[in-house]
Amino acid sequence: MTGDTKSKSILVIAEVVDKALAPITFELLSLASKLAEQSGGQVGAIVFDNQETTRRALIAAGADHIFYQENESSVDADVLTAAIVQTIANNAFEAILFGHNAFGSDLAPRVAFRSSGSIATNCESTSFEGGYFVGKRVCYGGKARGIVRLRKNPAVITVRSGSAAPAEQDSGRAGVETPIKADFSVARSQLVDRQSEDLRGLRLETAKIVIAGGRGLGGPEGFKVLESVAQKLGAAVGASRVACDLGWCSPSMQIGLTGKTIIPDLYIAVGISGASQHMAGCAAARTIVAINTDPDAPIFMDANIGIVGDYKELLPKIVEEIGRLNS
Amino acid sequence: MHIVVCVKQVHDPEVAPALFTINEATNAVVSVAGLAQVISPYDEQAIEAALRMKDKKPDTKITVLTIGAASAREVLKHALSMGADEAILVNISAGVLLDSYATAKFLHEAVNKIGSFDLILAGRQSADLDAGVVGNGLAELLHIPAITFAKRIEVVESKVVVDRVVDNGSEKIETTLPALITVSNEIGAARKPNLRETMRASRKPTQSWTQADLSKEPMEATEELIKLFIPKKEKHCEFLAGTSAAEQASLLVRKLRDARLI
Ligand SMILES: Cc1cc2nc3c(=O)[nH]c(=O)nc-3n(C[C@H](O)[C@H](O)[C@H](O)COP(=O)(O)OP(=O)(O)OC[C@H]3O[C@@H](n4cnc5c(N)ncnc54)[C@H](O)[C@@H]3O)c2cc1C
Repeated sequence: MTGDTKSKSILVIAEVVDKALAPITFELLSLASKLAEQSGGQVGAIVFDNQETTRRALIAAGADHIFYQENESSVDADVLTAAIVQTIANNAFEAILFGHNAFGSDLAPRVAFRSSGSIATNCESTSFEGGYFVGKRVCYGGKARGIVRLRKNPAVITVRSGSAAPAEQDSGRAGVETPIKADFSVARSQLVDRQSEDLRGLRLETAKIVIAGGRGLGGPEGFKVLESVAQKLGAAVGASRVACDLGWCSPSMQIGLTGKTIIPDLYIAVGISGASQHMAGCAAARTIVAINTDPDAPIFMDANIGIVGDYKELLPKIVEEIGRLNS
Repeated sequence: MHIVVCVKQVHDPEVAPALFTINEATNAVVSVAGLAQVISPYDEQAIEAALRMKDKKPDTKITVLTIGAASAREVLKHALSMGADEAILVNISAGVLLDSYATAKFLHEAVNKIGSFDLILAGRQSADLDAGVVGNGLAELLHIPAITFAKRIEVVESKVVVDRVVDNGSEKIETTLPALITVSNEIGAARKPNLRETMRASRKPTQSWTQADLSKEPMEATEELIKLFIPKKEKHCEFLAGTSAAEQASLLVRKLRDARLI
């Protein structure tokens, strides 16, 4: 039932990376608590991990009911989908929140279709209005926003990172823990190999300062220059999709619509034109500095501070200046 | 091997911001002169992925399938000129906005009408709605396995091996045919239409179906777009003066230090 006055519970799909809950999970819990206040339901969380610390962290961050996988873990989409769909059906969850990343974007449509619900992906906010779950979506390559009312529950929503402040931790909270068993027999594919990037140094998602380069760098050697500035500033290095597609840097450095969404205090865009698809991943940075040879580059419409000039001349001087300040 | 590639016609995603406007009364993008209609780039790369398989196995047949208005014939022509073999348009009225469920349902019925296939490819998301739902939704309706965000696809006998992009890395996954795969930009640039295929394109089989050729079930929209708008930009950029790079650098560093950003 949808659009009625019955209370509605929310299920968060938690994500565990390197044995720890991903930052997006805490954002989802914060959104879920807000939705549950409006819809009068509870907050559930499903997690494919059986560490007790994970369950405690989820409860402290606002989950009332944890469903955790007690048998060996799996990354198979069919196995995870079946477990989520079963948990939704058994517990009458009416809104399901995923992070809008490779993990969530892969699973969410499967869950929505198999549960005969509806879906809004790529959302930057959620609400419960007039008895319906509503998502505000990023669309048209970041140029537009669409407000979508989900008329059929379960309402499946994928949320971009940075959409909410992470839920606060209250270690005094209590919650129910229910073990679930994943059914490995439903898998239709096999994982042959997994390559994880060595995440040396700062992570883009959490760095306070990010310096990013685009086609304007002219080649991979431009990223070496960026790295020298990054080292001085304690910054992480990102890139536009063009720079990644050209092979000048690793694809995991991509910022934007289908790359990472980051909200650093300071974002320095070097040789990046500022296409909407790129800005979708960084426009919320507190301060944006743009360095570009073209005074009419669209990036200046999103920037707080602009320098019209060649990065090859500017960056070495910036390194010098920082050195001078610090000495 | 028979590969069906699902494609969509979209407003050029890389159009200059000034040409992108929305009619807030109809919640639709305004078609203005200069705003081209193109094949959604990820779908074009899905065709490329299919063509690479055909390059290796010339007896592969590639059918491109689209749901759209009459103008969508252009994207089919484009696909045939790249080297696809057959094309099908499921013709709906211009201006009809299908939600992802209705789109997947239409495609499901169209694929059933096509009959047999080994592989379905689609872009990871359309470059207009940016939803990324239809591919996996179609696989659900067809009860076939789906693998998303492919950057490399290889068919080995009755199996398909896919390298897919995940957060901070990649995975190699293997499944049995028939299967559906969504293609990401990491697969690489799509080839341009070539002269030989362009000459042949008009003779390649192209069909046009209507909703009546598929199911007569009414489609109930479950995702209701209540408002489409362009977010306002409220920033004002302060351009740093200075006549030399050294001067500009010094101004910038001082400014950032004063704001305690560095
Ligand atoms: C469906 C779709 C999805 C996309 N998703 C993403 C995404 O997630 N992320 C993303 O980033 N892009 C994405 N894009 C691509 C996006 O539309 C732009 O094409 C891309 O961001 C442009 O990259 P760029 O700014 O590096 O290159 P360009 O647009 O070519 O800009 C280069 C800039 O460098 C400047 N320049 C040149 N030389 C110098 C110099 N010496 N010093 C200083 N400046 C210089 C130029 O003036 C120019 O402004 C997507 C596109 C599509 C169609």
